[in-house]
Amino acid sequence: MTACIGAVTPTTTWYLLLAAMLFSLGVVGVMVRRNPLILFMCIELMLNAVNLTFIALARRLGDIGGQSTVFFVMVVAAAEVVVGLGIIVAILRRKPGATTDDIAELKG
Amino acid sequence: MELFVFVVAAAMVLVGAVGVILRSHPVHAALSLVLTLFGVAVLFVAQQANFLAAVQVIVYAGAIVVLFLFVIMLLGVDKADDLQIEPFKIQRPAAVAVGAGLLSMIALAIMVSRDARAPKVTPSEAVQAALDGTHDSNVRAIARDVFSDHVLAFELTSVLLVIAVVATVMLARKPRKGEST
Repeated sequence: MTACIGAVTPTTTWYLLLAAMLFSLGVVGVMVRRNPLILFMCIELMLNAVNLTFIALARRLGDIGGQSTVFFVMVVAAAEVVVGLGIIVAILRRKPGATTDDIAELKG
Repeated sequence: MELFVFVVAAAMVLVGAVGVILRSHPVHAALSLVLTLFGVAVLFVAQQANFLAAVQVIVYAGAIVVLFLFVIMLLGVDKADDLQIEPFKIQRPAAVAVGAGLLSMIALAIMVSRDARAPKVTPSEAVQAALDGTHDSNVRAIARDVFSDHVLAFELTSVLLVIAVVATVMLARKPRKGEST
């Protein structure tokens, strides 16, 4: 039995399934939580799931372009967090303790 | 060994993600996010993406989560949310159902395409070495790719970062007297 377990190595499919689980958890979090900061963290979860997919497939397909893409995704994610947190700070300064329901009139 | 690393890292990732969703306190959620990000970094190392694992720890765990914590502390929103409030009666079950449906569809797509033949990409020797981790050339291979094929995208990211910094300064500063926002 131990030899059997030692022989099993995680394949690309395992990584992709894990990334799918992480992405779904991020989606559920965005839909369930009401605190704008937590929504942002859930978006980070989804971005990380996609990064994991890119890395796993870069290894599988023998293409370093996947890793470069993850690099760019990280840069854009950093910029996105900076701007998004700036917006959240501006909103919460006007309405302390605002949830996503309180800022629903932003639309239109 | 590889299996052990994968199982531990996957547990870190999933426990952290569930923690982000279920923890009512924003600081706890941010710390759960750190756990997830570290787990993902471990998986990056397991997939021979050494450089990106380092970037993951430095940028995500080091910069982004610290930024989150700064905002939580600065705004004084470090009090627990009331998780009992549910604006729509069926929102939570619907969200879980949508998440489960999404997961099952992605998993189905992965399992269907599992045995698909990989397209014939013949990586150069340096790239193959970087992907296999046989040489310590991961950084070199990424650098060659970024600075040759994607150099325009690289330059554009610098523009993006400048725009993001200027925009954030504009958003965050207090308007002076007699000046409309």
